[in-house]
Amino acid sequence: MARGQGAALDRKKLMADPIMVTTIVVLITFLTLFILYPLAILLVDSFVGDGGFSFGIFQRIFAMPTFTRAITNTLKVGFVVGILSSLIGLLFAYVEVYVRLNKFAGGLFKVVSMLPVVSPPFVLSLSMIMLFGKAGLITRFLLKIYDNNVYGYWGIVIVQTLTFFPVCYMMLKGLLKNIDPSLEEAARDMGASRWKVFTSVTLPLMLPGLGNAFLVTFIESIADFANPMIIGGSYDTLATTIYLQITGAYDKAGAAAMAVVLLCITLAMFAVQKYYLEAKTAATLTGKASRARMLIEDKSVKIPLTILCSLGALFVIMMYICVPIGACFPTWGYKFFPLTGKWFAQVFTKYHGLKAFKDSFVLSLIASPITALLSMIISYLVVKRKFRAKGFIEAVSMLAMAVPGTVLGVGYIRGFSGGLFHTGILQGIYGTGLILIIVFVVRSLPTGTRSGISALRQIDKSIEESAYDMGADSFKVFMTVTLPLIKDSFLSGLVTAFVRSITAISAIILLVTPSFLLITVQINEFAEKGAFSLACAFATILIIITYGAVLLMNLFIKHFGTSRINKED
Amino acid sequence: MEKVKKGVRLDHISKIYQDPKTGKDFYAVKDTSLTIEPGSFVTLLGPSGCGKTTTLRMIAGFESPDEGEIYLGDEPINELTPNKRDTAMVFQSYALLPHYNVFDNVAYGLKLRKVPKDEIKERVTKILALVELAGMESRMTNQLSGGQQQRVALARALVIEPSVLLFDEPLSNLDAKLRVTMRTEIRRIQQEVGITAIYVTHDQSEAMALSDQIIIMNKGVVAQMGTPQEIYYHPVDEFVADFIGEANFLRGRMTGKDGRYVTLDVEGNPLRVPGRDGMEAGTEYTVVLRPEAATLADEGGLPCRVVLSCFMGSYQNYHVMVGDTLVKLEEHNPKNKRIYQVGESCSLVFDPESVHVL
Repeated sequence: MARGQGAALDRKKLMADPIMVTTIVVLITFLTLFILYPLAILLVDSFVGDGGFSFGIFQRIFAMPTFTRAITNTLKVGFVVGILSSLIGLLFAYVEVYVRLNKFAGGLFKVVSMLPVVSPPFVLSLSMIMLFGKAGLITRFLLKIYDNNVYGYWGIVIVQTLTFFPVCYMMLKGLLKNIDPSLEEAARDMGASRWKVFTSVTLPLMLPGLGNAFLVTFIESIADFANPMIIGGSYDTLATTIYLQITGAYDKAGAAAMAVVLLCITLAMFAVQKYYLEAKTAATLTGKASRARMLIEDKSVKIPLTILCSLGALFVIMMYICVPIGACFPTWGYKFFPLTGKWFAQVFTKYHGLKAFKDSFVLSLIASPITALLSMIISYLVVKRKFRAKGFIEAVSMLAMAVPGTVLGVGYIRGFSGGLFHTGILQGIYGTGLILIIVFVVRSLPTGTRSGISALRQIDKSIEESAYDMGADSFKVFMTVTLPLIKDSFLSGLVTAFVRSITAISAIILLVTPSFLLITVQINEFAEKGAFSLACAFATILIIITYGAVLLMNLFIKHFGTSRINKED
Repeated sequence: MEKVKKGVRLDHISKIYQDPKTGKDFYAVKDTSLTIEPGSFVTLLGPSGCGKTTTLRMIAGFESPDEGEIYLGDEPINELTPNKRDTAMVFQSYALLPHYNVFDNVAYGLKLRKVPKDEIKERVTKILALVELAGMESRMTNQLSGGQQQRVALARALVIEPSVLLFDEPLSNLDAKLRVTMRTEIRRIQQEVGITAIYVTHDQSEAMALSDQIIIMNKGVVAQMGTPQEIYYHPVDEFVADFIGEANFLRGRMTGKDGRYVTLDVEGNPLRVPGRDGMEAGTEYTVVLRPEAATLADEGGLPCRVVLSCFMGSYQNYHVMVGDTLVKLEEHNPKNKRIYQVGESCSLVFDPESVHVL
């Protein structure tokens, strides 16, 4: 059997479509140049020194106690944060799906699920310090504890857990909704108590999903740069150690090798999560619930669970609210009244706030449509077309998900500061706004692609085929059929990319030059210096921008989205 | 339509797929050659997995054949992409563009062909009248019933005046009654337009009602091609006989021959039936007996015993054992006939001219 002719014909048909071929070539070039190449150069640089191939650099970094300690620290934090986040996430998801909630609690849950979308990464660290630190509002003024130390291990764990558990909550909620209620009803019917049903039916079904949530959080925690930077104190994780190795010790080769180690850890976890747990989750939870679930009305279950979750939610919300309030106190920790706008004024008068917001805003605004369009094109190619390089495109754009920002940043430094392979080619983009835009795009691409893929999978393949059959070429099909049908996903991809870009820090902080002032970098700087009021003022304005963007998106989707078409019947 | 009608020719076409579980290659369609006459209505009929849809999708251009060449008229079309082929497909799921209304859906292909606006309006209006959807132009597709959506899909395919119309199980999402109405409609429209149509289905009654020619496929190869009558009365093998209608198989060794008749020994009883060329005494042959072609009597045929007797309204359904062979039959209009009960011994009677020797 030879499949040669069919494959040759498929290739010929593809080549008959120049726009499609150009798109694929451009995509492959982009992915290779800005995702694969920076990672490859890290590997090369950490093995090949002046004296040829050697393990010298690795031997050197593993001999550093700061580095080995950072590995243990990172794994320890990641593990605990992973477990805590999945458990809290499960609690929230369970309560939302199984218990009848009143309006107030339901609203709280919604806010909690929204927060991680709009919030910059270090907001919780700021408020943690301001509420529970040495001069913390709660510790010092309410509880009269004068020497509470929030910096370090527990600080990171608490802040990261609060940051990441909403993601677990959303993931697990989707899975719980897919459990067929009749399974649990059957167990109840045979005499199992509610607790027994949970431990013998619900939990085993959710186990792969929980594992999945755990690993996703683990990876996020390991890759997190901003929180350990601000609240870690002397407790360094891999991400911060790498940053300090570059900015403090000017040891770029060492940082590259450390980045390789960090990358290996996240890649290994990503592989387990993607190829083992995701498949398993899909296998245990197939299909849809056959009908609506009987919600738990039992007061002895309902009241404590609702109160517990509501308190948790209120706590998280309070942490966020603390930031804008903190920006209004005259002197944090000493003088609270009268509230003042002086910090906001200083942001703009003294600290080039306008330029910072303009730079961040403009760069993100340029990056987001590129990201959204690229991710939709990638999703279209991956889901709807078949060609040989498809596997490559899919794999590389998913790989970007497992690459911590810090690693990417170091890769870009090594890969582009001296030009491609240190030859000077493309050196021109280093230190410019262009490379920042590219980083924004690469960092948001996986999320956009993932949402695009799942949106496209919902669309019957024959709809596009019918357009193709009617005489439209690939470009026409994409513009007149695919894109209009996934408009919602495209719009939300646009805003997600914008929000992710404007709040990004881990890779950017390594690549930004003094000619660009970015808000996140400013916040980090002021927080480092202990100027929390200024950091809060910056952060508040950032939150307003991101929240505004999300509101705008929802408005757009409501009025122009595809959901409108379906509502007409 | 003044267009020259075109036929379709498949010349030793094969398509190889990989089994996702075992990773082994297998033929989805194997060495298939067909000639479909211009203006005829041809059905590809077969069980799921027989290669009928793959064949259709190769003609449309969505799949590329691994061996052989496909011709549209006299032109080889292997290298043409679906959008360059002069075919139009009606999909199982209708595949209407959900963000367009009825008019825009039908006009889509014409707009791509840069037909002037006035002409688009004229042609769309005409075609919508043909499928009896006049006045529905501004409806969104999700405001239509399944039957109406199917008509839009048909109009959209017809309006670009393709040489060949392809149908991929278009009626399988409709309820039983509507299916019957729609297939009459499809046949009427096809004959009015005079277009070549290739229709894929697994429903034999649809194939019977619609087709000039039926192509029965099994495991990637064509089992038989012929008119509905040829296929029903003269199936080439047991698969075809069993797939089209109900069939009983009586097996027996040939014991003698006189003129065009042969005698077979069926379960110890001599059975005289019309023979065919090339039959030899001593070989075992299979006789196809349709359930409606036989009846029960007290004597005069093959002795049998009733194991099931069931009143179905328009007929009495019997299962009888002739020796070890189960025979199912339908006694139509049973009202004034003697009804045999389970356990009774009787006789299976049929006209020798109504059976077919494989």
